[in-house]
Amino acid sequence: MAHVETHDPNTPLEYRSETGRLNILGFWIFLGAEIALFATLFATYMVLTHRIADGPALGELFEVKSLLIQTFLLLTSSFTCGLAVHEMRRHNVKGLMLWMIITLGLGLGFLYFEIQEFLHFIHEGANIGTSAAWSGFFVLVGTHGAHVTFGIFWVTMVLIQVAKRGLTPATSAKVFITSLYWHFLDVVWIFIFTAVYLMGMVMHHG
Amino acid sequence: MKWDEFFVTGDPLIYGADVSIVLTMVGILFYLTKYKKWKWLWTEWLTTVDHKKLGIMYIVSAVLMLFRGGVDALLMRTQLAIPEAKFLDSQHYNEIFTTHGTIMIIFMAMPFLIGLINVVVPLQIGARDVAYPYLNAVSFWTFFIGAMLFNISFVIGGSPSAGWTSYMPLASNELSPGPGQNYYLWGLQIAGIGTLLTGINFLVTILKMRAPGMTLFRMPMFTWSSLVTMVIIIFAFPILTVALALMSFDRLFGSHFFTLQGEGMDMLWANLFWLWGHPEVYIVILPAFGMFSEIISTFSKKTLFGYKAMIWSMLLIAGYSFMVWVHHFFTMGSGAAVNSVFSITTMAIGIPTGVKIFNWLFTMYRGKIQFTTPMLWSLGFIVNFVIGGVTGVMLAMAAADYQYHNTYFLVSHFHYVLIAGTVFACFAGLIYWYPKMFGYKLNERIGKWVFWLFTIGFNVCFMPQYFLGLDGMPRRVYTYSEESGWGPLNMLSTVGGFMMGIAFLVLVYNMYYSFRFAKRETTGDAWDGRTLEWSTPSAMPPFYNFAKIPEVTGLDHFWRQKQAGKVEKLTAKDIKKIHMPSNSGVPFIMGSFFFILGFGFVFGWMWMAILGGIGVIGTLIYRSFEYDDGYYVSEEEVIETEKISK
Repeated sequence: MAHVETHDPNTPLEYRSETGRLNILGFWIFLGAEIALFATLFATYMVLTHRIADGPALGELFEVKSLLIQTFLLLTSSFTCGLAVHEMRRHNVKGLMLWMIITLGLGLGFLYFEIQEFLHFIHEGANIGTSAAWSGFFVLVGTHGAHVTFGIFWVTMVLIQVAKRGLTPATSAKVFITSLYWHFLDVVWIFIFTAVYLMGMVMHHG
Repeated sequence: MKWDEFFVTGDPLIYGADVSIVLTMVGILFYLTKYKKWKWLWTEWLTTVDHKKLGIMYIVSAVLMLFRGGVDALLMRTQLAIPEAKFLDSQHYNEIFTTHGTIMIIFMAMPFLIGLINVVVPLQIGARDVAYPYLNAVSFWTFFIGAMLFNISFVIGGSPSAGWTSYMPLASNELSPGPGQNYYLWGLQIAGIGTLLTGINFLVTILKMRAPGMTLFRMPMFTWSSLVTMVIIIFAFPILTVALALMSFDRLFGSHFFTLQGEGMDMLWANLFWLWGHPEVYIVILPAFGMFSEIISTFSKKTLFGYKAMIWSMLLIAGYSFMVWVHHFFTMGSGAAVNSVFSITTMAIGIPTGVKIFNWLFTMYRGKIQFTTPMLWSLGFIVNFVIGGVTGVMLAMAAADYQYHNTYFLVSHFHYVLIAGTVFACFAGLIYWYPKMFGYKLNERIGKWVFWLFTIGFNVCFMPQYFLGLDGMPRRVYTYSEESGWGPLNMLSTVGGFMMGIAFLVLVYNMYYSFRFAKRETTGDAWDGRTLEWSTPSAMPPFYNFAKIPEVTGLDHFWRQKQAGKVEKLTAKDIKKIHMPSNSGVPFIMGSFFFILGFGFVFGWMWMAILGGIGVIGTLIYRSFEYDDGYYVSEEEVIETEKISK
């Protein structure tokens, strides 16, 4: 909890306070724990993926169109999130706000299509209680979706603070940490895209 | 749900507990009100972010849980003392058996060690607090709330009864209906959040907050063991989080992860549970190893033998800890090939552990050994832990394990490692660092009584269980027949159990006796120690720990300074103002909301769970918008606290 400010002008704002540096390192380690968490969910899903009981097979219901829209929205949001941090490094609050709000919009869009897809599956007779495979699917993909939802609220809260206080070592560290979180969710989605949807469809359609 | 289902009814033991709980509550409330202690409680303890106070609260909670888990143990031993006893019925026995295991591991061993880590590690590395003091308070309160939620199951709703391993399908809605199993799921889930946060907090603290000059290979061994433990926590606890969540989904929302219907897979639970559970064993043993290293080095008056070998062996153990989980269910159908692999990895763990044992022995070799109570516990540890380790290698052989598995041989083995390892370390560490926490030592003469009573009782209790196991007595049974011939050894075991209980009472008496009569320490160096925590001028370090951050030049820095007669004396011009974090009541309030959330889920009352969840999120938002940069302690105040003459 020491409050030593470094004065090297090339140091990004978020790394200038001791608290900022500690929080960023701590968050990286937290992401390590998140990897362990998602790894467990992926392993569970993999083990259960063919245990469909009397329900439909997973690949039977997956649709390419919805999947591609979701993927496009989330991957783009990661790019715009990167632009937002880039603007923050240039001390451009307006640019930061603009790109972050676009990021949030894309995140909301992703959630909309994900919820639509879930409702569609439920309508087709596949819900969390249909079979072990569908339990694995809904909890793995749902946990990712819940993270995105949490992220949207979190980023919103941080943006309000930036609007009120401007860019300080404290607020910029918060923005930077939320951006790490957002990129992490993007990485997890790439694994879901591959391990759940692609493999599910390939296994089903051959 | 009707009220007579809400409260547990029908058993005189439970009514007795109800009465004693109410009386204790009334007593505490009366005391706090009569002596006007409410404000003191709130400002000094409930809102503190000081790692030393949080550590003390962890330890106090752990000692209470040791009492609770110990009473469970004695109830079980009473039931098993004679064949076909009618003291407990099978359901009641199963509940006590489940809560004993869960409480001792999750709510006793872990918080005891985390408490000592909290008190000691920042001092050992020359820091003023942890990296995230506020988060540290959140960790404590989530642990405490999880523990309380689990413990009230005993009088409200009924306790879990599926064993601490909660294997499926036994723990499913069909075979374990009612709120009992939910208490297990939510008590552990909430406490687990705190543990994960502790893992991150102390990893960053040790990596980033060390005093200048203290390189990684100059850290005290207890700090090293804490570092390795935190890494294991960070990778192991998310597995528990997921496993508990999946079982909660099975029970609350009808998913089919571990169920028999819907092609769920009950063995998946066993695998996930032990993927966390085995690393957990090392989470509770590595800090113990670290403490013994400190104590043996201090009381042999020698630098720890094989310092680097100690570190590498711990890192190896940490790696192996994730590669042996199947040995917990060799007999549950994994097949010969899989069993062989896990047999070999399990036996391999014996090698780094053996390295450590020899290093402790060589540390003592030609040392001037002082037989203080912490040292006695450490010596007792070496002897008894080796017995546990050797029987562990016997169990590691998968083919032979078919003979021992599910017998009392196994029960005895893990009590020999967990008690002789972890519990001995908790006692040793508590006594060793007691003057750091309270400013006086525990009485040594009474302490030696505790040691001998406990150690003899422990062997009388568990040594017969090896033989009962070899004679075929299965574990997890609430009674056995007269003809089995297991009666005499069981009676002996029960006698030993009660000796341990008496030893615990003598330990508590020692706390009272020493509080009243012990000589107060006048320096910070109660044991002629070697590491930085002993270098503070006052017996109990002030809230900012160090008036001036020490500069470290090597291992055992403080010891070498003393040997060279060069212990620095603080002067007024060394003192600069000190930045410290502010207290906060939010972690306590957040913990209370977690309680509401957990209680709602336990009974399936979603409105209550949602209410609690909103409260938790509310406190998170409040904290995010709160910009509190702490405060400065003025130079004058530091000079006054340190009693430096101008």
